[in-house]
Amino acid sequence: MRASCIKENIAKMPYVIHGENRDWEVIVGLEVHAQVKSKAKLFSGAATDFGAEPNSQVSLVDAAFPGMLPVLNGFCIEQAVRTGIGLNAAINLVSVFERKNYFYADLPAGYQISQYQRPLVGEGWVNIDLACGSSKRIGIERLHVEQDAGKSLHDQHPTYTLIDLNRAGVALMEIVSRPDVRSPEEAGAYLRKLRAIVRYLDTCDGNMEQGSMRCDVNVSVRPVGDNELRTRTEIKNVNSVRFVMQAIEREAERQVEVYETGGAVRQETRLYDPTKGETRAMRAKEFAHDYRYFPDPDLLPLTLTAEYVAGIRATMAELPDQRKQRYIDDYGLSAYDAAVLTAEKEAAEYYERLADGRDPKLAANWVITNLFAVLNKQGRSIANSPISADDLGALLDLMTTNKISGRQAKEVFEAMAEGGGKPEAIVAERGLSQITDAGALEAAVDAAIAGNPKQVAQFRGGNDKILGWFVGQIMKATKGQANPGQVNALLRKKLKD
Amino acid sequence: MSLDKETVKTIAFLARVRVPDDQLEGLAGELSAILGWITQLGEVDTSDVEPMTSVATIAQHHRTDVVTDGRRRDAVLANAPHAIDDYYALPKVVE
Repeated sequence: MRASCIKENIAKMPYVIHGENRDWEVIVGLEVHAQVKSKAKLFSGAATDFGAEPNSQVSLVDAAFPGMLPVLNGFCIEQAVRTGIGLNAAINLVSVFERKNYFYADLPAGYQISQYQRPLVGEGWVNIDLACGSSKRIGIERLHVEQDAGKSLHDQHPTYTLIDLNRAGVALMEIVSRPDVRSPEEAGAYLRKLRAIVRYLDTCDGNMEQGSMRCDVNVSVRPVGDNELRTRTEIKNVNSVRFVMQAIEREAERQVEVYETGGAVRQETRLYDPTKGETRAMRAKEFAHDYRYFPDPDLLPLTLTAEYVAGIRATMAELPDQRKQRYIDDYGLSAYDAAVLTAEKEAAEYYERLADGRDPKLAANWVITNLFAVLNKQGRSIANSPISADDLGALLDLMTTNKISGRQAKEVFEAMAEGGGKPEAIVAERGLSQITDAGALEAAVDAAIAGNPKQVAQFRGGNDKILGWFVGQIMKATKGQANPGQVNALLRKKLKD
Repeated sequence: MSLDKETVKTIAFLARVRVPDDQLEGLAGELSAILGWITQLGEVDTSDVEPMTSVATIAQHHRTDVVTDGRRRDAVLANAPHAIDDYYALPKVVE
């Protein structure tokens, strides 16, 4: 069992906020906007590349010029259906695009084409991985397809807001969870799982920093034991997993304090300020939102056939949970190790390349214990690992064929992590090797026994611990190159003779 | 169906149309008349007709995922009242 599993019992305890007089639990639901990975936008032929010159990827449809008509990008629908299947969700063969009406400067048409009453994807669920291999099911309420708005830049000019419409019209999947999340940790695990699913399926790049995955968080609290849901607040546009977790923690504490000082939580939209570590209310609108949804007359209802959906189902990439189960079944890994290795597609691919033809548990140990530590320390992702899977494999081979000891392997690994090159080269350069030749080892053992009659007598007198001292002498004499296992066995045999 | 003045005021606000107070009454009457006219459609017996959003019997047309548009910044910005550095520029709006 790994160190983190010591926390198992803590992880199983419900997340509770201890108030003045009673304990409170937190109820969280998440709305995730995941940008569909596609070349062109949802309703126009403009490109979707991130970071292009301002307004260079805008068609007249995206800019809502009069008379322009939307034409649906079929691939975006395929991507959304694929994601829906990955969320174990029902795919609705008929869904309807509606107009969500509101005025904002980065929404040129004055409405967003979205889905409301009849979304493309209905109810589903995901399993989230918690500490020590335990998991929990989080319900999915729906997934619908909609277009993104443009981007407003408020801090580029003292008196003007600048608008870039490159993002306007890019396809989004809004994934709405049920209020099943009960702690910041579960929220983090849920977001990581969603990200893993869309990355495995290649339907979204899941990059929260670049905004291709954005998250709104609904939070409410209630006394432990109550069944009624209380008023919730919505924290808008939180842009990292860490901030989502912090925002939930802070907002839940705030709501408990409001209730315990006799107040009432208002249903409102709030923002999380990571530098202050607090949520605060956005300026209240004079009018409540009234989006006046109605079916978009420019677009017919979206009808799919069962064969179409079956075709996508038949070409689904392996999902994180399936891969995790395969690691447990085929490689004999623990649920915890399997979950850790499959959380990122790139890490899983690295691991499989390493484990190919080698001891899978040994490979898992080296990736989780040593490689992840190095990546963490260097702040790199596995895609930019300083050590390739093939090089790490070569190192493990040197160790398992007894060319070098486990301890020497660690030393070589550290050197490789610092950009030292191939393991064979480092081994040669440092003169590392292991003496496994029985004759040579025997000679070293014989010399040690012959040169230390006093200690031999002690061993024969019943002092077993002196054996370690002998091993030390022999390691010293062989510059640490003797195979410790073999030395031990030889010593025992010879000393007893 | 008839609309009152307050409802008309709300609709006007949501549509960002400025309607002077002394015109609300008249507009309420006109809009109510239009709604009444449309309500006549309810007299048609549709009990054996499936709900529909269009009378066209064609399916939604799909585009393939190919970039065919964009790279026309000058045309896109041509009607902008004001532009700075290839961005639309408008009086500062901050939430």
